[in-house]
Amino acid sequence: MPNQLLNVNGLETHFQTREGVVHAVNGVSFTLDEGGTMGLVGESACGKTVTMLSLLRLIPMPPGKVVAGSAVLRGQDLLKMTDEEIRSVRGAQISMVFQDPMTSFNPVLTIGRQVSEPLEEHLGMSHAQAYKRVAELLEMVGIPKAKDRLNDYPHQFSGGMRQRVMIAMALACAPQILIADEPTTALDVTIQAQIIELVKRLRDELGMAIIWITHDLGIIAGLAQRVIVMYGGYFIEEASVKELYGNPQHPYTIGLLGSLPRLNESGHQRLVSIDGSPPVLMEKPNSCPFAPRCNYAIEHCWQENPVLETIAPDHRVACWVDSQTRSAR
Amino acid sequence: MKSKKVLLRVENLVKYFPIMQGIIIQKQVGAVHAVDDVSFDIYKGETLGLVGESGCGKSTTGRTILQLYRPSSGSVHFDGKDLVQMKGEELRKMRRKMQMVFQDPYASLNPRMTVGEIIGEPLIIHNVASGKEVQERVEHLLELVGMNPSFENRYPHEFSGGQRQRIGVARALALQPELIVCDEPISALDVSIQAQVVNLLEDLQKQFNLTYLFIAHDLSMVRHISDRVAVMYLGCIIELTGRDELYSYPLHPYTQALLSAVPIPNPVIEEKRQRILLQGDVPSPVNPPSGCRFRTRCQYAQEICADQKPAWREIKPDHFVACHFADQWL
Repeated sequence: MPNQLLNVNGLETHFQTREGVVHAVNGVSFTLDEGGTMGLVGESACGKTVTMLSLLRLIPMPPGKVVAGSAVLRGQDLLKMTDEEIRSVRGAQISMVFQDPMTSFNPVLTIGRQVSEPLEEHLGMSHAQAYKRVAELLEMVGIPKAKDRLNDYPHQFSGGMRQRVMIAMALACAPQILIADEPTTALDVTIQAQIIELVKRLRDELGMAIIWITHDLGIIAGLAQRVIVMYGGYFIEEASVKELYGNPQHPYTIGLLGSLPRLNESGHQRLVSIDGSPPVLMEKPNSCPFAPRCNYAIEHCWQENPVLETIAPDHRVACWVDSQTRSAR
Repeated sequence: MKSKKVLLRVENLVKYFPIMQGIIIQKQVGAVHAVDDVSFDIYKGETLGLVGESGCGKSTTGRTILQLYRPSSGSVHFDGKDLVQMKGEELRKMRRKMQMVFQDPYASLNPRMTVGEIIGEPLIIHNVASGKEVQERVEHLLELVGMNPSFENRYPHEFSGGQRQRIGVARALALQPELIVCDEPISALDVSIQAQVVNLLEDLQKQFNLTYLFIAHDLSMVRHISDRVAVMYLGCIIELTGRDELYSYPLHPYTQALLSAVPIPNPVIEEKRQRILLQGDVPSPVNPPSGCRFRTRCQYAQEICADQKPAWREIKPDHFVACHFADQWL
């Protein structure tokens, strides 16, 4: 058994808005093993990013608030730390790569200055030492002539290169966990393939754990060992990669996989679409959040929100209906 | 079987955007080679997919065909008539037959107009209907795209992305066009909603015998919807053939790399796949490489690729490619 690195339990995040309380994350729990790769899949606004920002205490408060839960990293609860303590975790033990490489750098500071910041802050390196290390890091992520580019500004790099720099910055202090929040969504497929290969290589070299947030089920298939599917602020299915793609159980997961055209598709099949649109998160539902869009819904689905239940080793699902028999579990 | 009547013939289409310098006395210092010598046909009733990475000129091609940008040179024959030579009223009449669905449903609908006004506007502009008839047509169109006809008095902000894109489709359909240019109509939408819109487009095509130019960067979606697929790189079309042919036997090294880069949502296949990884980025279209545009990233590139632009040739029936060494894959 690999060691548990991060244990999140019952995490719940709300946002106070003028129209009412938005229930962005509703009591999610997961564990991350040392060196493991976990995929977190879901559509926009389902709470993927907020879950991760909550762990790192990066939610703007107010309007946001983590109302319940714990996130234990090596015996310490991130959510109970002082501001000083959490700062020593961010960037050093857990770091994050953001979606948009165009806007997540400071445009008026050089790349060298920005990447060296965590080194000076967390590892106490001198300026000269830090710059030397930055050049090595940029070399590692495949920036050609890295030494000459330390004094360049972000706009002088292309999108793919900027995302490489972002990864270098995230890895500067050799964190145990790398949270990648849709890092390739803004990039072209050929560049996306480069970045994924890079992250895989670095994962194997440095042995860090990765949480990869995405809406693209294709990326996860080749990268992660475990997948969690999120819908309307809830985790609705969790399984190993092979289990989830081979034997999806939740109607939403089944629909999501069916709505993807396959590159190896033979003949012309109609796509399975999920009718309706994603839920509004203003109220905590008393029913299954997916029930209004679900083809399999039975009466019980409208009366009680299902919780994640283990149905097979390494497979948990939150659904009242057995998808094979279309009757109550 | 589809009839092989050519609806749209694009020949040697070129679109350069000038780069100007100077404040009072402006001087052209260069040009963005957005579309550079592109030729293809679209048959009536088919869907031609146009794929490529961002900045390769896909959207510019689509817009230049509709004369939203006037081309720098070349010709676009629609139903045998050259659109490039037309102007004014004559061109405006032709616009009725060709419409466009835009990428961003949040930006392409006027927020101050109701849905009814948005969909009805083309009818009024082209004098197709007036008064009560407009309303009837609008209601009918809303039903066609799977929306409630009573929505006509609402404003775009009241709808989700998928619904807005349906409104965009209804607007494009209003004049009963023959050709619709779909410029990445689904890339701003969520996965489960994408399938809804694609299914709608397919249903409408069957119902009205529409012809689509479907521009996208999502190769698996393009495979799903297209009959034939053209691959674009840095302003040039480098390969064009039937959908199954292209995805099974890609002949251009760029097409091969592009296809191998697409993740497949199946862990068993992903485990065994060998990727062709392209090095570096797409060069700037301001100063494109000599000869073959792809040579700077191509692992098979030789001297001839820098000296000579590869000819656009039919390497086997209905399979066009622009590469000096494509024969080795046959």
